[in-house]
Amino acid sequence: MDTVPAEGLIAASWLLIALPLAGAAVLLLGGRRTDRWGHLLGTATVAAAFVLGLSCTLALDGRQVDVDLFTFVATGSLDVQAGLLFDPLSAVFVLLITGVGALIHVYSIGYMAHDPRRRRFFAYLNLFVAAMLLLVLGDNFVALYVGWEGVGLASYLLIAFWHERPSAATAAKKAFIMNRVGDVGLALAIFLMFAQLGTVSYEGVFGSIEAVAGGTVTAIGLLLLLGACGKSGQFPLQAWLPDAMEGPTPVSALIHAATMVTAGVYLIARSAPIYDQTPTARAVVLAVGAITLMIGAIVGCAQDDIKKVLAYSTVSQIGYMFLAVGLGPAGYVAGLAHLLTHGFFKAGLFLGAGSVMHAMNDSVDMRRFGGLASRMKTTFVTFGLGYLALIGFPFLSGFYTKDAIIEAAFDRGDGWGYVLGGLAILAAGLTAFYMTRLMLMTFFGRPRWEDGVHPHESPTVMTAPMIVLSVGSVLAGFLLVVVFPLEEWLSPVFGEPEGAEHVVAPILVSILVTLVMLLGAAAAWLVVGRREVPVVAPARVSPVVRAARRALYADTVNESLFMRPGQWLTRALVFVDNRGVDGAVNGLAATLGGSSSRLGRTQTGFVRSYALGMLGGAVIVAGALLAVTAG
Amino acid sequence: MSLTHYLVLAAILFTIGAVGVLVRRNAIVVFMCVELMLNSVNLTLVTFARANGTVDGQIMAFFVMVVAAAEVVVGLAIIMSIYRTRRSASVDDANLLKY
Amino acid sequence: MTDFPFLLAMIAVPAVGAAVVAALPRGRELLAKQVTLGITLVVFLLAVLATIAFDAGGDRFQLTTSVSWIPDFGVDFALGVDGIALVMLLLVGVLVPVVVVASWRDTPPGNRSMTTFCAWLLLLEAMMVGVFAATDVFLFYVFFEAMLVPMYFLIGSFGGPRRQYAAVKFFLYSLVGGLIMLAAVIGLYVVSSSELGEGTFAFDALRQIEIDPGVQKLLFLGFFIAFAIKAPLVPFHTWLPDSGAEAPIGGSVLLVGVLDKVGTFGFIRYCLPLFPDASRDLAPLVLVLAVAGILYAALLAMGQSDMKRLVSYTSIAHFGFIALGIFAFTTEAATGAVLYMVNHGIATGLLFLVVGMLIARGGSRQIGDYGGMATQAPLLAGVFLVAGLASLALPGTNSFVSEFLVLIGSFPTVPVYAILATVGIILAALYVLLMYQRTMHGPARGVLLTDDGTAAPGGSTATAGSTTTGGATASGGGPATGGSTATLTAPAPGRLRVRDLGRRELAVAAPMVALIIALGFYPQPLIDLIEPAVAATMEDVGADPGGVEPATTEGTD
Repeated sequence: MDTVPAEGLIAASWLLIALPLAGAAVLLLGGRRTDRWGHLLGTATVAAAFVLGLSCTLALDGRQVDVDLFTFVATGSLDVQAGLLFDPLSAVFVLLITGVGALIHVYSIGYMAHDPRRRRFFAYLNLFVAAMLLLVLGDNFVALYVGWEGVGLASYLLIAFWHERPSAATAAKKAFIMNRVGDVGLALAIFLMFAQLGTVSYEGVFGSIEAVAGGTVTAIGLLLLLGACGKSGQFPLQAWLPDAMEGPTPVSALIHAATMVTAGVYLIARSAPIYDQTPTARAVVLAVGAITLMIGAIVGCAQDDIKKVLAYSTVSQIGYMFLAVGLGPAGYVAGLAHLLTHGFFKAGLFLGAGSVMHAMNDSVDMRRFGGLASRMKTTFVTFGLGYLALIGFPFLSGFYTKDAIIEAAFDRGDGWGYVLGGLAILAAGLTAFYMTRLMLMTFFGRPRWEDGVHPHESPTVMTAPMIVLSVGSVLAGFLLVVVFPLEEWLSPVFGEPEGAEHVVAPILVSILVTLVMLLGAAAAWLVVGRREVPVVAPARVSPVVRAARRALYADTVNESLFMRPGQWLTRALVFVDNRGVDGAVNGLAATLGGSSSRLGRTQTGFVRSYALGMLGGAVIVAGALLAVTAG
Repeated sequence: MSLTHYLVLAAILFTIGAVGVLVRRNAIVVFMCVELMLNSVNLTLVTFARANGTVDGQIMAFFVMVVAAAEVVVGLAIIMSIYRTRRSASVDDANLLKY
Repeated sequence: MTDFPFLLAMIAVPAVGAAVVAALPRGRELLAKQVTLGITLVVFLLAVLATIAFDAGGDRFQLTTSVSWIPDFGVDFALGVDGIALVMLLLVGVLVPVVVVASWRDTPPGNRSMTTFCAWLLLLEAMMVGVFAATDVFLFYVFFEAMLVPMYFLIGSFGGPRRQYAAVKFFLYSLVGGLIMLAAVIGLYVVSSSELGEGTFAFDALRQIEIDPGVQKLLFLGFFIAFAIKAPLVPFHTWLPDSGAEAPIGGSVLLVGVLDKVGTFGFIRYCLPLFPDASRDLAPLVLVLAVAGILYAALLAMGQSDMKRLVSYTSIAHFGFIALGIFAFTTEAATGAVLYMVNHGIATGLLFLVVGMLIARGGSRQIGDYGGMATQAPLLAGVFLVAGLASLALPGTNSFVSEFLVLIGSFPTVPVYAILATVGIILAALYVLLMYQRTMHGPARGVLLTDDGTAAPGGSTATAGSTTTGGATASGGGPATGGSTATLTAPAPGRLRVRDLGRRELAVAAPMVALIIALGFYPQPLIDLIEPAVAATMEDVGADPGGVEPATTEGTD
């Protein structure tokens, strides 16, 4: 990794983080005084960061620029510098975060217009953007870790934004805890790097990772993966992400679809030099990606909550990305391209869902939707474009990027390549199924609205970002793959693209994927489009559906494996501490007190017994003296 | 009369006093027995002073007599006041000073 | 400037102040509080000036003052600070004025007067300064024991319902430790007189004598037990939850924030340099206790229903981290441990203070008596959250830096313990967020609920809120009918009778929050103060003061 010191505009890239951070500080500390213009300030800081990020990116010219700021912690042989690394990879993320972020800020102005705590909402959003930018811009693993937990905090605050609802508060806590489990992995990976190499900077670690023993590198890779799984909602830490939908919908769009949950993909892509040394860890990444891909797709098919469907879709799509980056050099660019296009269409879909909820008095039950296409034309069209992009309709975004991942999987050439490719195609079919089901249940058919619901189109401030994102959903794939190939842009990071030998002809893959996709869509039409959707979910369903409705029992497993034993252990320990440890101490005190009062009984008060005692004592003393002098 | 006779007498007196203190109940008698013990010691002191030809023991005996006199004053006063409140001079009845 | 006896002044000013305040007539409580605040601010100022006068790269002990005290036994009234002691003095300087302001409106139980409280507080401050500044082992012992007296009265006279029990327990525990230490101190004197010809208690002289390993172990244990009770490490910890819970809030802050640090301070100042061989030999024992404490106390914290007990247990877990950092024998970890002492004082201090503000409103220490505070007291909730996050060592707060240093520094030498301790950070998140959720989130409920709010199903939501954890609510497969959410204009059914933080409370919280954030992002100035002293200690104990050597040498490329 050859970095150059920063000069010119890029030297000011710390402003990218400072701007939203300042926004958050002003809004949080300013109190009610900032209520009137707080949302505008919040949006402005992110928009300004976008402009700055864009300028920096244009000035980058394929270099990897290191921005040194100050000494964060230096003691002994540990030296952690607060520094930023602005390179093509982080630039891509900066643009995604600030771009989509700015749009979602604009949307939130409308969405949160009637919430008395809108100012605080924007403060938290700004805090999130700052932490996320630190995550992708830091030039060492500690800075990444700081950003990593920072986004976790922002996510916690935003999921619990409506904290009066116990479910929201619980979901927020669950998200934080499960993320912390992942964070332990990331932290241990950092400790291991320091123990082995004496440094935690990207440059230092990647420069000498080859000298580290294979087993240790694998351990580092697996620990990093644990961190990535926590943040990105991947198996086995996926259960928090769907619950996180308790937060306001813009949050779901920005944090739990477009940006934060893709941080795991960023981590693995960034740590490519480490994974290059360890095929074992890479294989585990692949496995995690494939498993999560299927879990998300299967569970998504059975959910009735529009946001939960989208959440499981996100889980599944990030599974695609993990699968891609697990493939190694062949897949990094494909995975990141899918990450970018996914950022567009999934954010758009969430915003559309928010718009629908806005119209339906905040109901999320798709069984009570239906026939909204005519009432909400803009939402319908933008949502529809996002939908087509997601299921991989030919020549829209998802088509380009998802096919690239599937091709890369087949390109492995071995049996596993076919298994993974096959799974990815199957998941594409399932994606088409659940998304078509969602479209049909929401926008088509007979209205099944609850009483008193009068759907209406959302205000322009909300629809405008949706329109921009839907344009992005349509064009992003074409732009990133054909016009401005991401592969070339990222070549300073991942090396020059090699003309891969295709095992299966790309055109064949595309045709196959498209066919499976159409099949999935048709199946959805057969299930929900052709006949009336019952307002109450049917209770008599196959075990598979029941399992999918309960998210394949992920929560049940977590509860019976960790939560209940943990609660039992806690109660037992409290008992042990109070009765055992403290009891021993108090018991000792009681024993001392008791024996002292028992000894006191010998003081009878009778002068005679005292006199006898004195006499006895005198006799003993005299006897002892005699014995000493005589002996 | 050799030294031994004096000392044996002192020892007998001391033993009578000690046994008296231990077995008698009447406070006055106990008190007298204490005096008996003190005086047996005095006898010993004087005996040794005579034998050694010094006056140290005699001086010590005077000290003991002074202390004994003071003790008699205080002790009898206590016994008197106990007798007045309890109508008894038995040491077994005055056992309140305990645990 | 450097000739000014800062340390002597920092002991004398509050000690004299205590006498003055105690002599004030009974009715003049306001004056007493004002005088106390003024004196503590003077001490704070002296601490800052001492820091300026201190040269981080200079001698090990600076700002020294020495007067012969008991020449027959070679005891000197010798004061002096290294970086470790200096940062502790700064912590004392910051915390005591904050405590004074935080206790401004306290009403002591019975008809005791705040004047007495203030006097004890000032005396305590003098003792705390003395214990950190002493460079004579005997003098240290004297301060170590004398410190108990004002704290005993603070707990026993001004505490909660079970204050007598707690105060006696605190006193007895500390006294037992102190007496064992006294034996070791005398033993040290005997050893020094046989080694040097004449006995001495001077730290610098004692540091240089070679002690027989067997004797060293015994002396080490003598000191160690006293410090382990003070710190406290499991299993010597049970006095802390009682004292922490029963002491008045200001007392709890100083007890956990400063007093207990004397234990960990003793580890690094006395155990390591005086008994290097024994420290190394017995380190596994200490590490086991430390890591057991981290996990055990964290689990116990989760099971507490009393907020002050909960915070006390979190402190026990944190002391485990500090002990781990000290006995890992690396400069990084030990620097982290010393930094942890400061940061923990600030973070847990704030947590105690904010819990105290909550208790001042509801009059109950039980978590179950509160709920949904965040809606109507956002500032209180915000400060609570900042304190909680600092307690769970979130990056960006001061505790993160120290915890990170402890763990990264101990990983290379004692990896198994470091890994187990790292698992503790999950538990830390659990106990903090559980308490936060139960008191601040959810619908309004608890003792502060107004009468018109009883229509809300307070009882049922109370139980639901406290028992619902993890994914219990997440297994929704049926129709999710959404909540009343996006346009939440009507307040929740119940309303709390609660006011948000007042101006005085903000004045208490603001400097602490500022310190938490500032030291979270720029801890290097403190580290620069601490590191030379820590490196010297590491040299004493035979570790490389330069820090950890990477296991893999630089690659051949």
